[in-house]
Amino acid sequence: MSELRLMKGNEVVAEAAIRCGCDAYFGYPITPQSEVMETLMELQPWETSGMVVLQAESETASINMVYGAASAGKRVMTSSSSPGISLMAEGLSYLAGAELPCLVVDVSRGGPGLGTIQPSQADYFMATKGGGHGDFHLIVLAPASVQEMHDFVFLAFDLAFKYRNPAMILADGVIGQMMEKVQLHAPLPRRTDEEIARSSGSWAVTGKRNRRRNIITSVELDPAVHEKFNQKLQAKYAAIREQEVRYEELLCSDAEYLIAAYGISARIGQKAVELLRAEGVKAGLFRPITLFPFPAKEIAARAAQLKGILCVELSAGQMVEDVRLSVGNRLPVAHFGRNGGVIHSPSEVVEAMKKMIND
Amino acid sequence: MKEEIIIAGFGGQGVLSMGKILAYSGIMQDQEVTWMPSYGPEMRGGTANVTVILSDDRISSPIVHEFDTAIILNQQSLDKFEAAVKSGGLLLYDPNGITAPPTRTDVSIFTVAATEEAAKMGNAKVFNMLVLGAFLKAKPIVQLENVVKGLQKSLPERAHHLIPMNEQAILRGMEIVERRASA
Amino acid sequence: MMEEIVKPENLVYAKSKLLTDAPMHYCPGCSHGTVHKILAELIGELGIQDKSVGIAPVGCAVMLYNYLDIDWVEAAHGRAPAVATGLKRTNPNLHIFAYQGDGDLAAIGTAEIIHACNRGENITIVFINNGIYGMTGGQMAPTTLLGMKTATSPQGRKADLNGYPFKVSEMMAQLSGVSYVTRQAVHTPSAVRQTKKALKKAFEKAYAGKGTSFVEVVATCSSGWKLSPTEANRWMAENMLPFYPLGEIKDI
Repeated sequence: MSELRLMKGNEVVAEAAIRCGCDAYFGYPITPQSEVMETLMELQPWETSGMVVLQAESETASINMVYGAASAGKRVMTSSSSPGISLMAEGLSYLAGAELPCLVVDVSRGGPGLGTIQPSQADYFMATKGGGHGDFHLIVLAPASVQEMHDFVFLAFDLAFKYRNPAMILADGVIGQMMEKVQLHAPLPRRTDEEIARSSGSWAVTGKRNRRRNIITSVELDPAVHEKFNQKLQAKYAAIREQEVRYEELLCSDAEYLIAAYGISARIGQKAVELLRAEGVKAGLFRPITLFPFPAKEIAARAAQLKGILCVELSAGQMVEDVRLSVGNRLPVAHFGRNGGVIHSPSEVVEAMKKMIND
Repeated sequence: MKEEIIIAGFGGQGVLSMGKILAYSGIMQDQEVTWMPSYGPEMRGGTANVTVILSDDRISSPIVHEFDTAIILNQQSLDKFEAAVKSGGLLLYDPNGITAPPTRTDVSIFTVAATEEAAKMGNAKVFNMLVLGAFLKAKPIVQLENVVKGLQKSLPERAHHLIPMNEQAILRGMEIVERRASA
Repeated sequence: MMEEIVKPENLVYAKSKLLTDAPMHYCPGCSHGTVHKILAELIGELGIQDKSVGIAPVGCAVMLYNYLDIDWVEAAHGRAPAVATGLKRTNPNLHIFAYQGDGDLAAIGTAEIIHACNRGENITIVFINNGIYGMTGGQMAPTTLLGMKTATSPQGRKADLNGYPFKVSEMMAQLSGVSYVTRQAVHTPSAVRQTKKALKKAFEKAYAGKGTSFVEVVATCSSGWKLSPTEANRWMAENMLPFYPLGEIKDI
């Protein structure tokens, strides 16, 4: 019971980071996620677990500090919101190119530009399609509750190290700012230098000792060699697509119409499904939990029973493209979403669904 | 049981912390809860509001546009949220500074002169607990013992000596709440 | 005859064990190779090969990790001080040094270098200043002298158009987190010896937790300057050194 708390999504990221044995956090303040670093500074984990927490001079510096610590096989993370993630695009590309594990949390807000500090899901393309130059992917997890915000910190690090690839938690201003009941994981110790040497010694820069030297780099000037490296990356992404898809279905078994939504839109979508069911519409909710890898096969498997899919996002329509790619021309796929920081109401979603049904 | 509540007023009135204590009280009686604040520049002295939902079942949307209860602490919030109370719902407000009182006839309307009472008590800090007491008298959705447990959980240890004072304010709020005769 | 001379007791010079056998890609006369050699010797002599990690820059020294037999991290352009910060903060028992050119450190990476130095990160910065962008083909750098011709200042650098050459070391010396700032060169044997001494002090102070060590090496770029190696050395002494004078700038 002592581990059951009422916490903000942002606060729980800090708490989960310490509890999962994270070695370091580097970040720069930006609304609506500044509570992550504020909470860490309040908790002073350097006094207990030995975790380093440092406020950097910019998001550019944060992500490169992450790159440095990740080079040594450390569990390291940063968090930011949309404009800050844009600044990190360079670093994310280098992390992917150097095959470094890390966690980046994006508590997204409305854009483009400085935009608004209010919630948004307009970073889907940036998060899932690479978010920087070159052919790469982040592993992207989309929490829909404060509990998942906590759980995905653990999961993201596990996946990042399993595949030596940066992982992102793509949340939004609502998930970051709202409080819910959360069950906290018992604290895990940080890995010792010996454990890091054992598990990551083949690549991590820990000082050359009784082994050939390790080099963390993403540069390769020989096109033939670099193409092979790119093929290796693609094989890794194929394995991730094969093995790491996660999703949730609610009331889908007899559904004729599906709401496809992630994060806060899935919560609003769930309410809309409740309202639609009360009116006799056989609606269900399909919630991708991993946005990369996208649950393409899983949503396509539902296509035969469906008459239409409504994609609900706080954007002008981004995930809807992946849904369309998944089901092809087999059934109508529509998009409904507010943007610029406005949040759709469940009744608006219901109306959008009815419009799709009638069209 | 599911209760969807909006609490709205000025920043500094303790709107967010009242919501937090209510949410913690829900946890103490094994309920699911969400607490979703407005955030941003309006937190710094402008209007502030928080949506609190207590439910026996998993809560879908933490964002709702119709409420079972509206707890209103200034005119701007009354203008904004009066129409958002569900028919048959509850509207509780502090008449202090209210120039255009609510006109809905399909909701139960309660008033609590919490600003005035807090001034009499010489302690502006218990204002929000007076309001919370008034609400719990009008709609006893959580038990007082669970509110006290909620206070223990939501206040840092260094503030625990203030809990008896807050509890008294809640009890006082229960005494001074008034049901407005329907129009 | 040869067998009589080539004996261990007659050895006066040997390639540092830390230098790999990879052929260096630098142009003839380039200062990078000399500074690499000094670093290899120094790390060997200090016996810290097993706890040194270097950060390579973007620029001509991007392939630096091919030449020294230690662990390396290749950083994005200008970000080496941030990468070094992340490494050192999580691995305080390692010697961390960043090796950066003038474009990398003094243009695109200005924020990172200033803040790493201001925080007093216990790292060594090796700053190669040849007043030009070598790798991309001889464009103007922040440290390009007034009047100096480059690919992007073909009429010579003009203050009204391009501002003034940037005295980075003097600026870093102002920062409280920095404990050691020196400006050296490698154009003569004695300058090479001085640079090695300075780097040794820099490594030791940073590792001892005194704050950031900053070692500028005024360098040549014969290809970028379009001079022969000997002309480049002479040009540097006559033009660069009056503006970028050698010597200790800060040592506390």
